Formats: sequence, C-alpha cells, structure tokens
Amino acid sequence: MNLGPKKFLLYAILIIASLTFLYPFYWMILASVTPEENIGKLVFSPQGLTLSHYKDMIVKIPIWSALFNSVLVASLSTFGVLVFGSMTGYALAKMRFKGRNLLFFAIIFTMTLPFQITLIPNYILMVNFKWVDTLTALIVPALNSAFAILLFRQAFMTIPDDLIHAAKVDGCGELRIIFQVLWPNIIPSIITVAILTFMTSWNDVLWPLIVIREEGLMTMPQLVTLFAVGGRAEAQLGVKLASAVLLALPIIIAFIFLQKYFIQSMASSGIKT
Amino acid sequence: MPFLIVSPYLIHLCLFVLFPVVFSIFLVFHKWNIISPMEYVGLDNFGRLFADRLFWKSLWNTFIFILVHIPLQIILSLMLAYFINSKIKFKSFFRSAFFLPVVISGVVITILWQQLYGLESGVINQGLMAIGLGRIEWLTNPKIAMVSIAIMATWKNMGLYVILFLVGLQTVPQSYYEAAEVEGANDWQKFRFITLPAINPTIFMVVILSTIGGFSLFIEPYIMTDGGPLNTTLSAMLYIYKQAFGYYHMGYSTTLSLFFALIIMSVVVIQKAFVESKEY
Repeated sequence: MNLGPKKFLLYAILIIASLTFLYPFYWMILASVTPEENIGKLVFSPQGLTLSHYKDMIVKIPIWSALFNSVLVASLSTFGVLVFGSMTGYALAKMRFKGRNLLFFAIIFTMTLPFQITLIPNYILMVNFKWVDTLTALIVPALNSAFAILLFRQAFMTIPDDLIHAAKVDGCGELRIIFQVLWPNIIPSIITVAILTFMTSWNDVLWPLIVIREEGLMTMPQLVTLFAVGGRAEAQLGVKLASAVLLALPIIIAFIFLQKYFIQSMASSGIKT
Repeated sequence: MPFLIVSPYLIHLCLFVLFPVVFSIFLVFHKWNIISPMEYVGLDNFGRLFADRLFWKSLWNTFIFILVHIPLQIILSLMLAYFINSKIKFKSFFRSAFFLPVVISGVVITILWQQLYGLESGVINQGLMAIGLGRIEWLTNPKIAMVSIAIMATWKNMGLYVILFLVGLQTVPQSYYEAAEVEGANDWQKFRFITLPAINPTIFMVVILSTIGGFSLFIEPYIMTDGGPLNTTLSAMLYIYKQAFGYYHMGYSTTLSLFFALIIMSVVVIQKAFVESKEY
C-alpha cells in the first residue's frame, strides 16, 4: 500500500483517536482483574491476575437480583413501547377520528417538554399509588414513548391503504391488522424503537434513584452507583470497577453484534428531535 | 374503535404528563414535605428562589458546563467525521470505536473516568508526568473540576455527533469538490467554502441536542464530586434532586424545576428561532 504523507497523517490521527475511545475500556476491564495494590501501576501490561474483585462484589451487593430486575424492567418497557406505540401510531396514521390532530399536537408537546417539569410530581404520584419500592414504578411510567409513536406513525403512513382494506375484507380486526399484517412490513422501525427503548431503560439511573430504596429491587446502574458513592466498596477500586464492567458488558456485547442497528437507531433519534 | 386503540396512550398521557404539569403549577404555591399537610405559602417559593445563591450558582455551573462542552463537541466531532468521510479504509471500525461510549451507561463512564482523572495513580496524570508535564488536579481544583466533567461528557457523546455529521457530510454533492479542485482550491478552502455551509443545519442540530443534554447534567457530578469542590460542579439538576429527595422540600424543588424548565425551553426556542432566521 502506498501512503502519501497526507494519508499517513489522516490514518495516524484516526488511529490515535480510536485508541482514546477504546483504551479506557481496556484499562477498566484489565483493572477489574488486577490485584488491588497493583491497580495504581496499571497502564498497558497486566499486573497479575485475580478474580477476587468479582467474588467480593457478589458477596457485598445483590448483583444478580439487580441484573434480573434490569432485564425485567427493560424488557417489559420495550414490549409496552412497541405494542402501545404501534397502536397509537397506527391510529394517527390510518384512522380518522375526532381529536386526532389534538392528539398529535399533544404528542409533539410532550416531546418538547423538559422532563424536569414532570419528575417531582411523578414521584408524588408514585407515593400515592404506593408504588415506591416496587418494580411497577419503573415499568408502568415507561410503557409509552412519544418518540416511538411518531416513528411508528411515519412507518405506517408509507404503507398503502389497499393492504389494510384487503385485510379488512378478509375479516381482520384492527389489532390483527397492526400486529400480523403491518408489523412484518416495518421491521426496521421496530428494531430502532426496540434498541433505543431497551438501551434507555437499561442505562436510566435518575428515576430508579428516586423511586427505589430497597437494595433487592434496584436495577444495575442504581446499585452500581450507590456502591460507588456509598461507603460499601470501602474505597476498594477493584470491586467498584468490577461492578462497572458487569453493568457495561451486556450492552458492549449487544453493540458488537448489532453495531449497524445501534448506530442507525441513535442517528435517527438524533435527527428527529 | 379508534378511541380504544389510543386509550393506553391517552391514560398514560393524562397520568404521567398532563396531571404532573398541572399539579406542579399547584405545588409551586405550597410548602410540603409529603408527610405533613400541605401549607399554602403564596409566592414565598419564588422569593426564596431569587434569594437562593446556591441555586444561582448551580445554574451558572450548568452554563459553564454547556459553554465548554458544546464548542469542544462540535470542533472535535466535525473534525473526526470529516476525516472518516475521506477516501480511507476501515471506516466502519473507526465509526464503531468512536460510538462505543455512547451506548454505555453514564454510570460506568463516570466511575471509569474518576480513576483516569486520579491525582497520583490516574492514567492521565501518569501520562502527563511521563512526557515531562506536571500533574493536573482534575477533580479537586475548583477552577478545573467542571471543565474535567465537560471533557468527559464530550468524550462520551462524541460518537453520536460524529455519525450525525457523517450523515450531513454525505449530502454534500461530490461534484462540488471536483469543481473546486478544477479551480485549484486547497483542502482548507474546500472545507471552509463547501463543507461548512452545507452542514450548517447539522451544526445547529448538534447545538440544540447537546444543549438539552447539557441541562440534564446529573449523574456525572453525583458520582464523581457530589457537587464539590466548593460547589463548583453542583449542576442545577443535582441541586434540584437534593432539594427534592434529600430534604423533601416538594413545593420549593418543584418551583426550582419549573423555573429551570422555563430556562431550558427559552434557550432552545431562541436557538431554533436563530436557525430559522438564517434559513431561507
């Protein structure tokens, strides 16, 4: 390969830049298996190997129940957003009813509303519903998303009405039309919404910090946060980093296999906002 | 039938969006700690807000964060996107490498960078020492701490903006560059007079997105510094969180939230108006 000086510089910059983005994760994973007294010396090469941080972490915090809670909350939220989002999106795209424009306006309004306005009243609502310290508080408010509705609405608008008429002639109800006839035609939108919702739910930490106090009900990011800021890690670096690795790992693995979808989904969410 | 199909969303909208908005306007005039009965206090909460120096400091801190974060974000991500967009190999590798921090929880990123920023054993200071420069008190110097958090946030979000700029760059017709080459334009001129005007809309989109994101700054200072040193990293969101869920000042924290949300909305509206005045 013949590189001119300009090309060489270009590659050098890009390679250094990607190392800046990848190296910290390399360091974190390596540090999580390095004996505590050597972490300070760790730069590139391994300084001994131990699994004790992971063993300590399992003893100190209920990490498995947190993992279970996170998977449950993220899955159910994603399921709700997919189902309710396509129902509302379908109604807006293909049905005529009084107040349709008002509903559409309300959804746009919701999207421009800073979440800071609804945060505290929503907490008070949870207190009154007696949902504080239940997973319901994490799941139910996350079952709908204005962004998903708008995305599904757009996807359904591209589908010709004839397809829906034909299904109606065959005796399909609206729900069957949405989920059996139309869903197979909008797979890319479904993937986008699923990835964004799951990832948002998995990484969310502010709302769990507010409504969950009991350790056994915490999600991963919340448990890891409290472990890191509270005295529980007893200033032990390795254990803190081990819990951070465990929190990041599922998303890193998903990202490695679904890079293209992750990038497309996030880019489309950015462009639409 | 249409009403039935939209009812799951309608119920959600009324419960978790409309009711909270109305209720927060009601709460603003009350003093309440959730347990004892609510007490009507008129405009006291606003009086308190205007006299609350710590709240104004937290707003100021948030602005500092945004003012460091946005220019850094735009310059670096545009530069990387521009480089990736040239005729090179391994494009998708570079894209994915830059994107990795975007998908990872801010909690992980913050715990990790807290170590990288360490005074003695932090990798960054070790690197600075190795090339003969002195240590930097990344998180303990009140003048630097917020800048450090802004650098970390820029690093975390960079990949997303690189992708957005790439999308923007691909809309620039190749023929423009070819025509410029025929005219003898150099790389800088091509960038300055063809690329930059063409991706102006993307730049504004990035400004608006990172402004909204910047105003929500919370978990990074919560984990890294707890608002310190000397409250210089206390973001508005962190202060509101402490008022609401540390002291249970429900009326007062709602007043702060509402006021803060109005600031956010006005900043975004001004930005959008500015964009629209520039176009067409």
